[in-house]
Amino acid sequence: MDFQLTRDQRDLRAGVRDLLAGRFGREALRAAVDSGTAVDRGLWRELGAAGFFALRLPEAEGGVGLGLPEAVLVFEEAGRALLPGPLVATHLAAGVVPGAAAGTAVVTALDLGERGGPLVSYLAEADAVLGAPLLPSGEPVRSADPLTPLHRVAGDLRGDVSEHRDAGALLTAALQLGSALRTVELAVRYAGEREQFGQPIGAFQAVKHLCAGMLVRAEVARTAVYAAAVTADPGEIAAAKLLADGAAVRGARDCLQVYGGMGFTWEADVHLHLKRAWVRAEQWVTAAEAEERLAAELLAADPAEADPAAGGLSRIAADADAP
Amino acid sequence: MDLTYTEEERDFRARLRTWLGKTLPELPAKPSPDDWPGRRAYDLGWQRRLYDAGYAGLHWPVDAGGRGATPTQHLIFLEETERAGAPYVGANFVGLLHAGPTIAAEGTAGQRARWLPPVLRGDEVWCQGFSEPDAGSDLASLRTRAVRDGDDYVITGSKIWTSHAEVADWCELLVRTDPAAAKHRGISWLAMPMDAPGVTIRPLRTLAGSTEFAEVFLDEVRVPVANRVGAENDGWRVTMVTLSFERGTAFVGEVVACRRTLAELARTARANGRWDDPVLRRKLGRLYGEFGALWRLTQWNVSESERSGGVPGTGGSVFKLAYSHARQELYDTAAEVLGAGSLSLDEEWVLDRLSSLSYTIAAGTSQIQRNIVAERILGLPKGR
Repeated sequence: MDFQLTRDQRDLRAGVRDLLAGRFGREALRAAVDSGTAVDRGLWRELGAAGFFALRLPEAEGGVGLGLPEAVLVFEEAGRALLPGPLVATHLAAGVVPGAAAGTAVVTALDLGERGGPLVSYLAEADAVLGAPLLPSGEPVRSADPLTPLHRVAGDLRGDVSEHRDAGALLTAALQLGSALRTVELAVRYAGEREQFGQPIGAFQAVKHLCAGMLVRAEVARTAVYAAAVTADPGEIAAAKLLADGAAVRGARDCLQVYGGMGFTWEADVHLHLKRAWVRAEQWVTAAEAEERLAAELLAADPAEADPAAGGLSRIAADADAP
Repeated sequence: MDLTYTEEERDFRARLRTWLGKTLPELPAKPSPDDWPGRRAYDLGWQRRLYDAGYAGLHWPVDAGGRGATPTQHLIFLEETERAGAPYVGANFVGLLHAGPTIAAEGTAGQRARWLPPVLRGDEVWCQGFSEPDAGSDLASLRTRAVRDGDDYVITGSKIWTSHAEVADWCELLVRTDPAAAKHRGISWLAMPMDAPGVTIRPLRTLAGSTEFAEVFLDEVRVPVANRVGAENDGWRVTMVTLSFERGTAFVGEVVACRRTLAELARTARANGRWDDPVLRRKLGRLYGEFGALWRLTQWNVSESERSGGVPGTGGSVFKLAYSHARQELYDTAAEVLGAGSLSLDEEWVLDRLSSLSYTIAAGTSQIQRNIVAERILGLPKGR
């Protein structure tokens, strides 16, 4: 067992971080917010050329031929950079919707919740909706996240995304993880610079403990996301989404608290992380759905059959043990 | 990122499982929690069986008498023994997980030869004399004095929260050998025989009703200078070696146990109708996800320490924080499932619930752990 990143995986992550730092750094992010440009087609094609969307397509089909663990690392970086757009849906559409793999098409999905009139993200920017035959029309809704435009679609719009639900949830969890880790960095940097009562606020335990709590949640989420990427187990994916949602949303809130009054302004990036985390928490698998799925698994896990070779309770550990 | 075990690791697991299946039915009945001599005998008997089968000191280095197993093998050992319901390390905890590894890492050849084999064989029990009434989390402010007199140190002071003190043969004792030095600097690490004249033990009753730990009073106790491990006044560094072990793999078996408890709770809730409450059901589902993730975090930390040559990292603080709180939440949720049934001390898990309150205090309180995470991992400035 060697549950650590391989050299190739570390290189891949570093490469994506460099690419995004150069192409979508903080200035680009703020420019996008100011102009309301949620999807930059030029950047989208560059991501496509870099293999962002075709990452898991077999090489024979023009893809990169990598797996879920690598995809998770790449999406973690996108989450860290707050890269906007229907990244997960377009990635899932690679090989299914023409142009998705290359980044010449923008593909969204009906991934927002299950109840009520469906809200669809990035509808005006999209060329296709994953699993839906047509591009529907809809009324724009004022979105909480400035870089996730939303439309309310009238009528009975049902695109079947069930086959994508697990991968969609996992990759969204990876985006959340990146955002959670980024807000830890932001909070720590601010706490080290901002002085009150004659010392950096990071020297105060009350602030330290907020930051430590953020890191603990993010680290637990990180291992959950990585492990789910390795096993592709639906229960582990549900847990990964649940924990990553919590780490991102609570992390952004705690980061905002560390920033104090500055955190409540539009100028700090914290609110952008929080609002995006809220959107993602509603995508693919919500907390309620994840908890119900995990509860069902738990019930199926009969403690009397706690043999690790059998299913149930011990399955998560035993999976990795299987030859 | 690879979660598959190697063929060697799978063989190790299979052999261990076979041995456990054969050995556990032969064990005598467990003594009652307050029968300390009985518990000592039971725990040492288990240690002896491990020793005879070649499983003693699995994670210890070979030149210290251990098996030199990899961290992953140690993880498998802890996982399998818990799963099979094998005895807890019990009274051997300090010897195997604190004092032993410290002596192995910092002791002289003579010290290793004197103290390590009896720990592995199950002949001697160690306790830990670190905390004092005024020096718990602020361990470096300890005041127990050791004054050099010829070939002896003469020790006066008191220690507290000393688990297994009543039945221990040795105490890993931190004493102040230079009162003038800065508080981390003037401390030394000594091996003190518990039957030395001047040692008085007063058991303390815990909130769970047990007499698990004690207060130890030291009145001019003479300990040979030769019993000092590491240089004089270097005890703080020596101790940090010990503590990193404590936070590394100490909770592996318990994560396995928590997942089993949770599955039993779900079954109980199903039987008594509480499962139909979606709030409670979802809470159980969430905990299942959290303990699954904590198991993965354990595997992550173990893999990391394997790459770094077996040195436990700071990930232990992250793990301990998350685990101790999740475990307490587990018992609160259990109480919701059982309602008034959770008030009976005849239920074993109710005692576990009470015991779990120590998890956010022992081995560094959650507040201290957060400071460690904030200062050592995140690099935030130290407070005044």
